Amino acid sequence: MTLDWTHFTPWASLAGGVLIGLAAALFILLNGRVLGVSGIVSGLVRAQRGDLAWRLAFVAGLLLAPTVWALFVQPREPRIEAGPALLVVAGLLVGWGSGYGSGCTSGHGVCGLSRLSPRALAATLVFMSAGVATVFVVRHLLA
Amino acid sequence: MHRFVEFLVGLLFGLGLILSGMSDPGKVIGFLDLTGTWDPSLAFVMAGAIAVGLFAFAAARRRASALLGGAMRLPTQREVDRRLVIGSLVFGVGWGLAGFCPGPVLVALGAGYWQAVVFTIAMLVGLALQGWMASTPGLGVAEG
Repeated sequence: MTLDWTHFTPWASLAGGVLIGLAAALFILLNGRVLGVSGIVSGLVRAQRGDLAWRLAFVAGLLLAPTVWALFVQPREPRIEAGPALLVVAGLLVGWGSGYGSGCTSGHGVCGLSRLSPRALAATLVFMSAGVATVFVVRHLLA
Repeated sequence: MHRFVEFLVGLLFGLGLILSGMSDPGKVIGFLDLTGTWDPSLAFVMAGAIAVGLFAFAAARRRASALLGGAMRLPTQREVDRRLVIGSLVFGVGWGLAGFCPGPVLVALGAGYWQAVVFTIAMLVGLALQGWMASTPGLGVAEG
């Protein structure tokens, strides 16, 4: 294993993590809801009357974040390597999997681990391992 | 008031994703690439988020209702079942393939990247498909 020192950003990542934690903290304490993006978005797909507005408000904030960020900081170009076909497959898997597994990186990975939930710990270990295995196959076996 | 809080939480969460590097698929894949040149940054994201989250959820557990009123909706399920493991496995494969998960892809969508448009549509189809399968008996993937 070699460390990628060029892209390593411990302080920005730690600070960003604190913001993510603050958002989750505000959501559970003020509104009594767990900040899980796949769960919030799944409620938009399977719309139920009276349950849409809060989800849309959250998603609107998320969508506007890059615009607000760009008012203060020059945005960095993200590295998106996947082509259209891979994006479709990956999107389907992420959508189906997070729906079936009742959560994703935010709901299980951040909120669940913060709650010390054994379910969330299991989910996080499984999706991290699956992600590592997938990157290994794509980058080192197939490439 | 509630709608404003939800908007603000979404915004704060999105800014955290951008600052942390989570909204860059290259950084996510760099973190998952343990055997290549590894970028450990995302471990710091988790550490920062959980350090704050621990206190928040400990406080939330002691409350019967949220500060703005309404129920405290904390999950009650505890057991690790087949559903959780299979779902997380499938999710992890998709995450590793493109480097996007639901929060970051919505941030990239807001920034106007076409790749995020494609991924988001596919993700919504995947979520809808899962909901449809769960509500259709006889497919072997119903609740339980």
